[in-house]
Amino acid sequence: MSKSIELKDVDIYYGSFKAVEGVGLKVQKNAVTAFIGPSGCGKSTVLRTINRMHEVIPGARVEGHVLLDDEDIYGEGVDPVNVRRTIGMVFQRPNPFPTMSIAENVLAGVRLAGGRMSKSDAEAIVEESLRGANLWEEVKDRLDRPGSGLSGGQQQRLCIARAIAVKPQVLLMDEPCSALDPISTLAIEDLIRELVEQYTIVIVTHNMQQAGRVSDTTAFFNLAGVGQPGRLVEMGSTSDIFSKPQQQATEDYISGRFG
Amino acid sequence: MATTVTQAAPAHSTLAGGTLPRWATPVLLGVAIALGYALNVTTGLAGWFGTTLVIGGIFILLQSGWSFRVEGRRHAVDRLATTLVYSTFIAAIVPLVSVLFTVLVKGLTVMSWTFLTYSMRNVSPRAEGGGVGHAIVGTLQQVGIAAAFAVPIGILAAIYLVEYGRGRLARWISFFVDVMTGIPSIVAGLFIFTAFVLGLGLERSGFAAALALAILMLPVIIRTTEEMLRIVPNDLREAAYALGVPKWRTVIKVVLPTALAGIVTGAMLAIARVAGETAPLLLTTFLTQSYNNNPFQGPQSSLPLFIWDQITSGTPASVDRAWGGALVLITIIMLFYITAKLLAARFAPKG
Repeated sequence: MSKSIELKDVDIYYGSFKAVEGVGLKVQKNAVTAFIGPSGCGKSTVLRTINRMHEVIPGARVEGHVLLDDEDIYGEGVDPVNVRRTIGMVFQRPNPFPTMSIAENVLAGVRLAGGRMSKSDAEAIVEESLRGANLWEEVKDRLDRPGSGLSGGQQQRLCIARAIAVKPQVLLMDEPCSALDPISTLAIEDLIRELVEQYTIVIVTHNMQQAGRVSDTTAFFNLAGVGQPGRLVEMGSTSDIFSKPQQQATEDYISGRFG
Repeated sequence: MATTVTQAAPAHSTLAGGTLPRWATPVLLGVAIALGYALNVTTGLAGWFGTTLVIGGIFILLQSGWSFRVEGRRHAVDRLATTLVYSTFIAAIVPLVSVLFTVLVKGLTVMSWTFLTYSMRNVSPRAEGGGVGHAIVGTLQQVGIAAAFAVPIGILAAIYLVEYGRGRLARWISFFVDVMTGIPSIVAGLFIFTAFVLGLGLERSGFAAALALAILMLPVIIRTTEEMLRIVPNDLREAAYALGVPKWRTVIKVVLPTALAGIVTGAMLAIARVAGETAPLLLTTFLTQSYNNNPFQGPQSSLPLFIWDQITSGTPASVDRAWGGALVLITIIMLFYITAKLLAARFAPKG
């Protein structure tokens, strides 16, 4: 059910400020693609354009084309709400809905999107999604307790469960482990390797070991200079990027000689 | 840090300093009270207010002096600041408790089932008896109608300002809300009187009074709801958008429930504020001593009007009734408030 993504000549603006320039890349389906690069180089911005979350910020806009298989998600008449149902997202900080229980959090996407379902269907979705996020065993006895009572790592897996409950085809992850300890990080990384069998995954990370561990393909973003837009420097299979990068900037960054 | 604590510190330790014994504060307070009271009795100067000030002054002098000698400057200043903070807290709480206590004591003298259910019909100002029943009905109906208008409009306006409003229209609305906050209540009454009674030619009624109260409630509700919506983390909105939830549903199902406790409190404060308003009612509904259960027709009393009417009659019996009315008004507002808090606690974010 997963789909591939292609960005063609994408420019991204915040008001009159051009944040990202001329990005073109292909994300293969059923693979993990990692975006790496220094802070402020626009990798999160690019990620947010893939499910039209970028335009939520006032004044933000996108030029260019983003194709989901062969359909342009910025095409005329495309409803961003439908795009986001197809392309789910997990954020940097775990953000379960504080007024909802664990089960309600998992069902939030389905329920709030207007779907009605029977009690048994709802229970099936909750169990399936929580199992998918490797959280079922830990929370199955307290599904009606608030989601905000879980630990940070559990909350993040709850957010992943919530994202996969709406059955998206692509899953975007914006530094999903940066607020978590190493053990929770490992749990999420293992989960990503499992999820990739069903979904196309794009992950933004500051942790290069993480990119090396979980991703099949890596894209390196960088700024041309202070105040200039970010751009895609190079993209290739993760082993190539880390062992024999084509660009000097990539080699400097991954070897720690950044500048 | 703590370099000034040198003169009193024992020679063998660089960290430990002298401290006053634990009993220092209560004992000093007792000494100050005794001294102040003795001064009051012997000289006969200063009433209870002056004596309180003298006691406070003696306490501060004694404590600061002792603390400065034993503990050093930083601790003395710390104790002085602590004393000032507690004193201002007491100064703030005393009028509040005093008002409640006075109303309770004076109001309870007339309190009875008769007082709560009878009206003032055919009761002369000098006579005892009669009751606030008609005023309770009026207050509940008028405040209820006012809330029915102001709460939904206010919350929707705040949602517009926070979630949708951009540009000139939102700025103008925000500006007028600020202006409305400063409207004197009598002007709200005057406006309804002009527009409703003179303009539309309708008779004065409880409904007209309710409209004036709604005007007063509106800015309070808009402002407090706006504050509450603004502190809902943007993360939650984005989480909902990213699940493919439309914006309007995000507002209803995620943003509003998260802010609900604060919104309910704000609405209750607005209701409590207007429930005690008297000025706008004078212009919009005539006073009556009888029951009138129809807010749309004829004069209708209410608790603030009842209190005002009874106090201006000035006989011992009517002043007692005024205190009784005040007690009923405060009790009603308190019941509203407690109910709203309980409701809000049920829906508040858990964990």
